[in-house]
Amino acid sequence: MDDFNSETDSDYTSYWRDWFISSRGNEYFCEIDEDYLTDRFNLTGLNTEVQYYQYALDLVTDVFDLDCDDEMRETIEKSARHLYGLVHARYIVTTRGLAKMLEKYKKADFGKCPRVMCKSHPLLPMGQSDNPNVKAVKLYCARCEDIYNPKSSRHSAIDGAYFGTSFHNIIFQVYPALIPTKSYERYTPRIYGFKVHAPATLIRWQHGERDDMRRRLRKLEIESGFKDDEEDLDAGDSEEEEEELEDEAVMEVLQNGQLAAGDPTAQV
Amino acid sequence: MSSSSGTPESWISSFCSLLGHEYFAEISEDFIEDDFNLTGLQTQVAMYKEALEMILDVEPEEEDDDEEEEEDEGDESIEGEGRTIRRAAIERRHNRMDSNLSIIESSAEMLYGLIHQRFICSRAGIQQMSEKYELGHFGVCPRTFCDGVRTLPVGLSDVPGEDTVKLFCPSCLDVYVPPNSRFQTVDGAFFGRTFGALFLLTFPDYDISKKGPDSLGAHGSRNAITSASDADDKEKINGFNVNNLAPGLGRGKVYEPKIYGFKVSERARSGPRMKWLRDRPVDLIELDEATIFGAVEESEDDAGNLNGARTQPRQTLGASKKGRKPNGGSPMSIDANEQQFAG
Ligand SMILES: [Zn+2]
Ligand SMILES: [Zn+2]
Repeated sequence: MDDFNSETDSDYTSYWRDWFISSRGNEYFCEIDEDYLTDRFNLTGLNTEVQYYQYALDLVTDVFDLDCDDEMRETIEKSARHLYGLVHARYIVTTRGLAKMLEKYKKADFGKCPRVMCKSHPLLPMGQSDNPNVKAVKLYCARCEDIYNPKSSRHSAIDGAYFGTSFHNIIFQVYPALIPTKSYERYTPRIYGFKVHAPATLIRWQHGERDDMRRRLRKLEIESGFKDDEEDLDAGDSEEEEEELEDEAVMEVLQNGQLAAGDPTAQV
Repeated sequence: MSSSSGTPESWISSFCSLLGHEYFAEISEDFIEDDFNLTGLQTQVAMYKEALEMILDVEPEEEDDDEEEEEDEGDESIEGEGRTIRRAAIERRHNRMDSNLSIIESSAEMLYGLIHQRFICSRAGIQQMSEKYELGHFGVCPRTFCDGVRTLPVGLSDVPGEDTVKLFCPSCLDVYVPPNSRFQTVDGAFFGRTFGALFLLTFPDYDISKKGPDSLGAHGSRNAITSASDADDKEKINGFNVNNLAPGLGRGKVYEPKIYGFKVSERARSGPRMKWLRDRPVDLIELDEATIFGAVEESEDDAGNLNGARTQPRQTLGASKKGRKPNGGSPMSIDANEQQFAG
C-alpha cells in the first residue's frame, strides 16, 4: 500500500487499479472495468457505505485532484480500497467479472484446496456475509464443497464482503462444465491397519446419508456427479464390502509385517 | 522434551532442529539402543550400521582401543549389537571418510524416520508428541468450521517414499496438506498411519475442540491431561467422549451454498453433493443405534467390541447418557484388537 505514488494520478490511465490489483496481498481481486465503475447505477447505495465517497471514487478512477494533507490522503485511500472491494463484489457476478475471475481460477490464483483427497483442486474466494466488517475472506473448494482459511495472513485480513456469498456458487451455474467430479474418497483413521471404532461408526452413518442423497437424486433422474456413480445402490453396501476386503488385505500385510518386523505396539 | 541423554550437539537434536523437521520428536537413545525396536530395519536402509552409529553419535573406534572397548561394552544395553558395531568399525571409518559420507547421512535420516514412526507410537514417544501438540507445533486445521483446532502429523502410508507428511484434524477427521512447502519434502512414513488415531485413543481427555494458539496462554499445558479424573462423568458414545467425536462436524458446521440468500437446491446440477462428508447426527445416540443395527451385517468383524453395546439394552443408552460404558476408560475401541490399546 505504501508504494502507491500519488504523483502519478494526474494521468488518465488506470494507475490506481493497476497498482491495487498488483499489490501484494490483493491477488484475489480482479480489475474492475472503467465502464463499470463510471456507471453510477452500479454503485447504487455505496455512497452511504464509504467515507469521502466522491473523493474515493475519483481516486479509483484516477481523476482525484484534491490538494490535501497526508492524513486526509491516507483516509481517502483507505476509503478508495473499501469502495473498490464493495464494487468488486458486484462486478464479479457480472458476465465480464465472472469471466475475469474464471481466468484467475484456472490459474489457481486463489490457491489450492488443502484437503488431501481434493488433490490440489483450485479454490475460489468467498464471503460468509455480504455486509462489510463481519467476516474475513474464505476460500471455497467446489470439490469437497467446504470452506477454508487462507494460508497467508495478508489474505486473511481481507473483508469477505468484497467477494460476497453468491459469486462462488453463481460461477458454477453459469459455467456448469466447471463443476468438478465429486469423489467418495476419504480418510479413515486406523491403528495398525484397523479402523478405530467410534469414528468408523460415524463414517458409516455419513455413508448412509450419502446413499440416501443418491437415492433421492436417482429418483428425480438427476445426475449425482460422482465419478464412482456406476456403483449400484441396490446391491447393498457393495462399497462397504469392498472396504472390508481391503481391510483384510491390510491385516494380512500387517501380519506379515509383524512376522518380519516385530510388534512395536508392545512399547505402548 | 527429550530424555536429554544426548548433548545439545547430538545428531538427533540437530536433525530435529533443521528447517522442515519441526514435527519430529527427539527419539530417546534408550529406544534406539533397544534392538527390539529396530527389528526389520537392517534391510531397509543402505549402510545400516554406519547410519545407526551416526544417529547415536558413535565414532568408529581406533583399532587399538577396539578390543578393550568390546569387553567394556558387554552390558545388556547394547548387547551383541555393540560388538558387531565395533568389529566392523575400521572398515566403516574408511567408508565415512570418503564420498560415502553423504550416503550414510541420507541413510541415517531414513533410519531415523523409520524408527521415529515406531517411537511416536511408544509410551515415551507419544508423550513427547503430546507436548508438541500442546505447544501447537503441528499447526491448525485450515477448515473454517474447525475454528483453528490443532492437528497431528500423519502419514498415509507406512512405506517410505510413497507420500509426504499430512496433517490429521481430529475435529473433522480429515487430512490436509501442511501449509508450508518445507513440509512437502518430509516423508509421511516417518510418522505413519497409526500415530494420529493412537494419539486420540491414548489421550481421550484432551479437549480437541480447543483452539490452537488461544489455548496456549490461557491454560497450563498439563490441564488437559490432569482433567482425566472428570472423564468418567462425561457423556460417552460407544465408549467415546461425545465432545471429542468430530466436534467440527454436524449442524452449523456444514457449508450451505447460497445465492443471494437462497439455498442452492440439491436438485440443481450445481447443487450440494458433499454435505454427508461434514455431517454428524444431531443426537450422537443415533450412532449407538447405528452400531447395533450394523451388528447384524458386520457381526464377524466387529463382534468383539459390539458385545458391550449388545448386552446393554438400547433404552439404557438413551436413559443413562452419563453412565460409564462397559469398556471403561477406553475413549475409542478399535475394531478387532482393542485389548491391546484400551486404557
Ligand atoms: Zn476440497
Ligand atoms: Zn478440521
